[in-house]
Amino acid sequence: MTLEPLPPRLARVAELVPKGASVLDVGCADGLLLRHLRDARGVDGRGIELDPALVAEALAHGLSVVQGDADTELAQFPTAAVDYAILSEALQAMRAPDRVLTELLRIGRRAIVAFPNFGHWRVRLDLLLTGRMPVTPDLPASWYATPNIHLCTIRDFEALVAERGWRVEARRFTRQNREVRWHPNLWADHALYVLAPGP
Amino acid sequence: MSALLGRPAAMLATVAHHQIRLSCDVPLDGGQVLRRPRIAFRTYGRLAADGGNAILVFHALTGDQYVASDHPVTGKPGWWHRVVGPGRPVDTDRHFVICANVIGGCMGSEGPALDHPVTGEPWAIDFPVVTIADMVRAQVALLDELGVGRLLAVIGGSMGGMLALQFAADHPDRARAVIAIATAARHSAQNIAFHEVGRQAIMADPDWCQGRFLACGRRPTKGLAVARMAAHITYLSEAGLTERFGRRLQGRDRPSFGFDADFQVESYLRHQGMTFVERFDANSYLYITRAMDYFDLGERHGGRLADAFRGSRARFALVSFDSDWLYPTAEARRIVQALVAAGAHASLVELSSPHGHDSFLLDMPELNRVIDGFLRATERAP
Repeated sequence: MTLEPLPPRLARVAELVPKGASVLDVGCADGLLLRHLRDARGVDGRGIELDPALVAEALAHGLSVVQGDADTELAQFPTAAVDYAILSEALQAMRAPDRVLTELLRIGRRAIVAFPNFGHWRVRLDLLLTGRMPVTPDLPASWYATPNIHLCTIRDFEALVAERGWRVEARRFTRQNREVRWHPNLWADHALYVLAPGP
Repeated sequence: MSALLGRPAAMLATVAHHQIRLSCDVPLDGGQVLRRPRIAFRTYGRLAADGGNAILVFHALTGDQYVASDHPVTGKPGWWHRVVGPGRPVDTDRHFVICANVIGGCMGSEGPALDHPVTGEPWAIDFPVVTIADMVRAQVALLDELGVGRLLAVIGGSMGGMLALQFAADHPDRARAVIAIATAARHSAQNIAFHEVGRQAIMADPDWCQGRFLACGRRPTKGLAVARMAAHITYLSEAGLTERFGRRLQGRDRPSFGFDADFQVESYLRHQGMTFVERFDANSYLYITRAMDYFDLGERHGGRLADAFRGSRARFALVSFDSDWLYPTAEARRIVQALVAAGAHASLVELSSPHGHDSFLLDMPELNRVIDGFLRATERAP
């Protein structure tokens, strides 16, 4: 069976999930990541997705996906139900990102969180030079139309993690899918964390 | 109400159905036993050599076994011909489809309209009260008679969805996939209340004759029609009714200042009531609504619905419609949450439709897509 290649950002998430693990993918769209994890790594996956058409597609791929809003739906999942709860490119669209992260760490033994870094220099420069809300390849919509209502920088995210006492097990920062080591909050356009509940 | 008198339909009783007598008795939740009940059913397609392509379709309250073939009384196409048939999601070219009339029904399965096997008189209200679980028990016995083992899927909408969920709970290994559409895991106070209105309408009709109308040569068509009219409103949505009828008058320019069917919506409901009585038995309506009212899948498990599904290896797909206020999405969500808590593989899709509860019977390409995709994925799965 040939696997559909994953876009780089999803591929980086997939690499973090060990063979045979169980996952919950929050905002799983048509289930591309779940399918890949199932077919390549024997992962037992479930998903949550808001768009009924995407849920129907995921179903047709043999996946188990519940249509619903992560902000409310997560509360219904049992504690420690899966090894990994994944939130990829959706943190900034949550009404209450901190509560969603708390739920992810209750449902999953670990959480994998990936998000665009609003501290990236181009975002900063854009705001500085134009005085208008930045519109970037990652954040293409105008301020009034964007689903991204809670954007954060890497430093913001680290501060929240420290404040809540979560443990960072791994972090990866990239710019155009290349590793960034120095001053990631300035140079990275994307961040990926593996979190665990305890300190 | 004179328009509701209808014809003295003897037709219902005279139609012949394909029917077998089970070789076993069916014990009922109420404590009684149905001695070798008759089950009327239809099959479509061919059972594969490995038996793996069988799909059991459950009908709703007023449905029947004629899921994909013309109704013998009304002559109308099968009630789910949009979903079941050649090239349809439940594909009679690919699948072996079984659909049986529930016990308590009036299309040839053991029920109040059939003659009591001993006395030769109609069962009428001597027929024991049956439950959704009893209906499933009878249909599983039918599968055994037909030599059908593990099913590819069970599928149903409304009461059919309840039967599918009950089947999954009682026979966790017998179906690979469970599709439950526009349904609930228990009847709410509001659901029971609407049914009670219907039952009271039937029993208030003098032609009901304390339930013995068949022996008296009468039929409570007025009561049954009113029951159907009241129920039919719950199958639609306010927006759907407004769109279809608004306040438009029927065949006149101004109100009659009387009690004729001035409004189109009145005329429509009267028509629904009138046509229904030609094909349905009033006592069956009492029995089946009763079975639905008693339905609460979590009850046997101390109210923990999740425990009803523990150990199930089936994949579940729940489908709801956003305008369905009879069995709203919240009910489907409750079922999915219980399934997830039980560790089962469960999906939920809420489809958008203006047509309320009845959406599952209408032309809904999105519904067909979900069923087709889900069944094909189940067939591909190891």
